[in-house]
Amino acid sequence: MKTVFALTLALLAMVPAARADDEKPYKVENGKVDQATFNGYRRYGNSCLQCHGPDGAGSSYAPNLTESLKHLSHEQFAETVINGRQNISSSQQNVMPSFGHVEDVVTYLDDIYGYLKARSDGALGRGRPERIGR
Amino acid sequence: MLRRVALACALAVTATGASANPELLRMQRDPNQWVMPNGNYASWRYSELNQITRENVGNLKPTWQFSTGVLRGHEGGPLVVGEVMYIHTPFPNRVFALDLNNPGRVLWRYEPTQDPTVIGVMCCDTVNRGPAYADGKIILSQADTTVVALDAKTGKEVWKVKNGDPAKGETATMAPMVFGDKVLIGISGGEYGIRGHVTAYNLADGKQAWRAYSVGTDEDIKFDPQKTMSMGQPVGANSSIKTWEGDQWKMGGGSTWGWFSYDPDLNLIYYGSGNPGTWNPVQRPGDNKWSMTIFARDATTGVAKWVYQMTPHDEWDYDGVNEMVLVDNLQVGNQRVAKALVHMDRNGFGYTLNRENGQLMVAQKFDPAVNWATHVDMETGRPQVVSQYSTRAQGEDNNTKNICPAALGTKDQQPSAWSPKASLLFVPTNHVCMDYEPFRVSYSAGQPFIGATLSMYPPQGSDNLGNFIAWNPGSGKIAWSKPERFSVWSGALATAGDVVFYGTLEGYLKAVDTKDGKELFSYRTPSGIIGNVNTFTHKGKQYVAVMSGVGGWAGIGMAAGLQGESEGLGAVGAYKSLSDYTQLGGVLTVFALPN
Ligand code: HEC
Repeated sequence: MKTVFALTLALLAMVPAARADDEKPYKVENGKVDQATFNGYRRYGNSCLQCHGPDGAGSSYAPNLTESLKHLSHEQFAETVINGRQNISSSQQNVMPSFGHVEDVVTYLDDIYGYLKARSDGALGRGRPERIGR
Repeated sequence: MLRRVALACALAVTATGASANPELLRMQRDPNQWVMPNGNYASWRYSELNQITRENVGNLKPTWQFSTGVLRGHEGGPLVVGEVMYIHTPFPNRVFALDLNNPGRVLWRYEPTQDPTVIGVMCCDTVNRGPAYADGKIILSQADTTVVALDAKTGKEVWKVKNGDPAKGETATMAPMVFGDKVLIGISGGEYGIRGHVTAYNLADGKQAWRAYSVGTDEDIKFDPQKTMSMGQPVGANSSIKTWEGDQWKMGGGSTWGWFSYDPDLNLIYYGSGNPGTWNPVQRPGDNKWSMTIFARDATTGVAKWVYQMTPHDEWDYDGVNEMVLVDNLQVGNQRVAKALVHMDRNGFGYTLNRENGQLMVAQKFDPAVNWATHVDMETGRPQVVSQYSTRAQGEDNNTKNICPAALGTKDQQPSAWSPKASLLFVPTNHVCMDYEPFRVSYSAGQPFIGATLSMYPPQGSDNLGNFIAWNPGSGKIAWSKPERFSVWSGALATAGDVVFYGTLEGYLKAVDTKDGKELFSYRTPSGIIGNVNTFTHKGKQYVAVMSGVGGWAGIGMAAGLQGESEGLGAVGAYKSLSDYTQLGGVLTVFALPN
């Protein structure tokens, strides 16, 4: 188990460099995704899904992020996630927590963005994506 | 003079033992009122009222409604004490006292001031399962873990105490329970690596009487190594921490967000604990005791009499918090069990135990789809896990497929109803399976500590996501089963009129026949129902009441953007069409027969 984990980390470390000149923040081939996008899917599941719903599709109380990413820039996305946002009134009780101090989110923020962007662009369908080369 | 009377009273209370609360003991037997969330101390959700019967229930009509002004998921249900009904809402946790003499008129309303950041650490919507009543007080457990006692007449605060710390992910969703001179309350936060506990506060002044953790040292969990029993044996020293690696027990979970039951004769309280630490089992080897456990504790001291761990080393998030139904004189095989405990667990097994000593009598599947274990070994009490569905055996970073039930369980907290007349338990259930892939996460206080991705969908060959079933707890068999389009996420009510009521996620209040589940009545309320049904009388007439207001775990899958998506069966594959049926909004509806 330990080796698998170390290997995953090593792969992760390599990915950003490999993707540096790509325009898209994700890679999807025949419905399969690269390791970074897959990791984004997974980190999303750990930290965001309980509010934004499975596959980024929104819930009864938090926005559909596949829609949001059609108008939010990468910077605006990162700013919202790092600092959070509150929208409280007598009829709304919406809180987007700040993740600035959360290792598992900050470290993989670009992966999460890439995954959601792939969903938003329609490049990736719903459910758990398969990884390229598996 | 006055002082002497007060002293005499105080003495009388001590003389009858700390557990006596004659007023509440009497009131919970009175079918005209509904004074605790599950109807009585035994959590029956049963009423002796019989004006509404299987013959006339078809004529039931809504008589009045009341909007709470809050949108998110409304769990729990109304209390009725005398001529006043008390209802509550999710965050901001309003409480309304409504006058039954002037239906819907607000006698008082209370809204606490809470730091909204707590909303960000509530795992599955901002639900609350209602306040408790006792001794002229309404006791509310707020989202931010503040427990506040209000004067039932005026809504004024009597005392207030803080039960946990939202900065660590500790929140509150459950209903408190009063037994004797104490109020008992648990804690939520199983998805944040908290360490669960139940705490008793003095009803009079809110002072802490005792606290017992689910995991930790013998002292913390209030176990007596020689006297606390499990499967007929003393648990021995360090029974919890020796089942964890290193000090992982410190983020060991075992949150306590379900329901309490109480046997006044045995002076024992009963409840269950939730999932251990992260959802990634590989990261926490061992049985992870005492997560996923039924506890029987002495109500006065908190010391555990017996425990039974249903799902050792959880690999699927099968929290053990569902209600404990205390059934008397139950026929189990050729044995008559004077004092039984029946529990329909998230893990898909219906358990019957002897509640005096924790002896396991029955453990059978209550949905044939359940596949993660073949059976429960009656000698050891351990489920026999099927390796194909073991997320531990399949390992980290592997997607284990087609596990039934899904993490939301064959049944979640939505409480069942026991009819002593029909000798059947009526159970709202989920019929959902999942893929589950564990991965490594690090712990950070107040942050999600989940470590698994899930997809949920109906079992192969099914297109219904729920069933409403009748269960025989003596034989461990399903008497009848009525399919529902969505999970049944509403607490049931059984009555002496031979009908059972429950709500559906689309928003129908339904009444079915106790003998065969035949639908006798249905009415569309304004939003999906995840609340619990109750009944009471006012001026001699029987009423039925329920809160609608979709949300909770079910609402996470209820986004407008999901419609029309057909690829895959992502988690909300399961709930994707719910938004075609209902939208948010908390409303109370009260029903009666026409005059
Ligand atoms: C506790 C619930 C919760 C969690 C957890 C959560 N969010 Fe949010 N998020 C919200 C809510 C509610 C809003 C809308 C706030 C508002 O109304 O302004 C929001 C807004 C956003 C927005 C802005 C959308 C827009 O259209 O402007 C982004 C981007 C976002 N969240 C990303 C994330 C990501 C990424 C994660 C996980 C790392 C995450 N959120 C976790 C509740 C949550």
